[in-house]
Amino acid sequence: MSNRLINWFRYASPQSFYPLAGKLIPWFWALAALFGLTGLYIAFFVAPTDFQQGEGYRIIFIHVPAAWMSMFIYLVMAFWAGLGLALNTRLSGMMAQALAPTGALMAFLSLWTGAFWGKPMWGTWWVWDARLTSALILFFLYIGFIALQAAIDDARRADRAGAILALVGVVNVPIIYFSVKWWNTLHQGASVSLTKAPTMAATMLWGMLIMALAFWMYSIAVALMRVRAIILEREAHTEWVKALPEVRGSTS
Amino acid sequence: MNWGSAAEFFAMGGYALYVWGSFGVCALLMIAEPILVAKRRSNILQSLRRERLAETLDNHE
Amino acid sequence: MNAVLAVIRRDLLLAMRRKSEVFTALFFFVIVTSLFPLGLGPEPALLKKIAPGVIWVAALLATMLGLSRLFAPDHADGTLEQLALSPAPLGLLITGKIAAHWITTGLPLVLMAPVLGLQYDLDAGALGVMVAALLLGTPLLSLIGAIGAALTLGVRGGGVLISLLVLPLYVPALIFGAGAVEAHLSGLGAAGHLSLLAALLALAVFFAPWATTAALRIALE
Repeated sequence: MSNRLINWFRYASPQSFYPLAGKLIPWFWALAALFGLTGLYIAFFVAPTDFQQGEGYRIIFIHVPAAWMSMFIYLVMAFWAGLGLALNTRLSGMMAQALAPTGALMAFLSLWTGAFWGKPMWGTWWVWDARLTSALILFFLYIGFIALQAAIDDARRADRAGAILALVGVVNVPIIYFSVKWWNTLHQGASVSLTKAPTMAATMLWGMLIMALAFWMYSIAVALMRVRAIILEREAHTEWVKALPEVRGSTS
Repeated sequence: MNWGSAAEFFAMGGYALYVWGSFGVCALLMIAEPILVAKRRSNILQSLRRERLAETLDNHE
Repeated sequence: MNAVLAVIRRDLLLAMRRKSEVFTALFFFVIVTSLFPLGLGPEPALLKKIAPGVIWVAALLATMLGLSRLFAPDHADGTLEQLALSPAPLGLLITGKIAAHWITTGLPLVLMAPVLGLQYDLDAGALGVMVAALLLGTPLLSLIGAIGAALTLGVRGGGVLISLLVLPLYVPALIFGAGAVEAHLSGLGAAGHLSLLAALLALAVFFAPWATTAALRIALE
């Protein structure tokens, strides 16, 4: 037990996490590609045409995974941020910072694909539906987090200020979702009900879950790549960074 | 198999704009993001190498 | 408790000496709400429909105006560090500062709102609901805004950044606040909205000063 604890703390330092992340990245890319190709195959060639929505429903195979990931990444980001605030570890803040742009990308993709799905299905690019509106606000929260961290020069202060913002955000997300839903039910006449989702065939569900796994693996791979870049930027003047083979090597 | 021909596949039953508009942008961004991140890393590595080179030159003098 | 009152009294005194800041926010509120009929046309039915939303959005923006000045002067002259070193818990003193901010920016908006409501053809009952909603909602705006003000303290571009951080968090207050008046106008009764606003306020009174204090300590390091 104590042995494992020591191992965990060993990898909590940027110096030992950097090579570990480097070793893990290809594996996550391989998994992302594997799940992605399988998911796309199911999405386009196995899943049957929907009798209500025709071929247009195939957008669901990227829309739902993007929406899931945008929420999940915010939780993970807040978790790392909170951990960094509580234990004062350097790596946690870097992880939170590395996750934010990917989360914002996922939130953007869920909005974009939602609009492209909504246009043929409901006739408009945008409806003020509870889920769409909350997704938009989640996107704003990501942008706020990124902007705050970008505005603070001192990296440690940026981490901790970002951590507080992420924690405040994570408390607020359910409140915002609930309030938007409440607002939406009051204005029912103006909006389109989205609850009439197509009945989900088993193959559709499988395709969606596999695509969600692909998005998940992709997010991990990109976040690890970004955290490696952040580690190099922040630890540029330490001895271990100067001793790295990729810094010492004069080739390329 | 859902599609009789490649043309049918790309037409997506009349939903081509919407389906390829979402999948295309999704693919584009998910390819662009890792490239930008890799670029960010190679930029910092390059400046680190330059600093190292400058240091070794200083030491030789 | 005495320390809290002293902080409130001091901030109010400072605000009284620099009245222009208090009046800027208030007149901003008045001007923004008066611009909407000019942009949308003077049709009473339309104005009545948009009144709660317009007044609430204007109140959000007016509250934002003064937020960047909430801690900045005290940070610049070292008062904030003195507060952090004082024997009274910093969280309480910060609550006092937030209360003073509400008295100087939130409360004037609440008092001015009925007059603006008249411009929008709201009846007495709707005006009453609006004042009640603003009375519960504006402290919430000050409390949430204080977190943003503390996080952006001494940060370049802080004034613009603060709106980016705080406005998304204002969404529930806007929805329930404007919704209360709308629910009253449509005959549903505003009790549900008002009690939800009160619940949010209670939550914010507990958590916002704590988060603000944590953010201030980071800025003071």
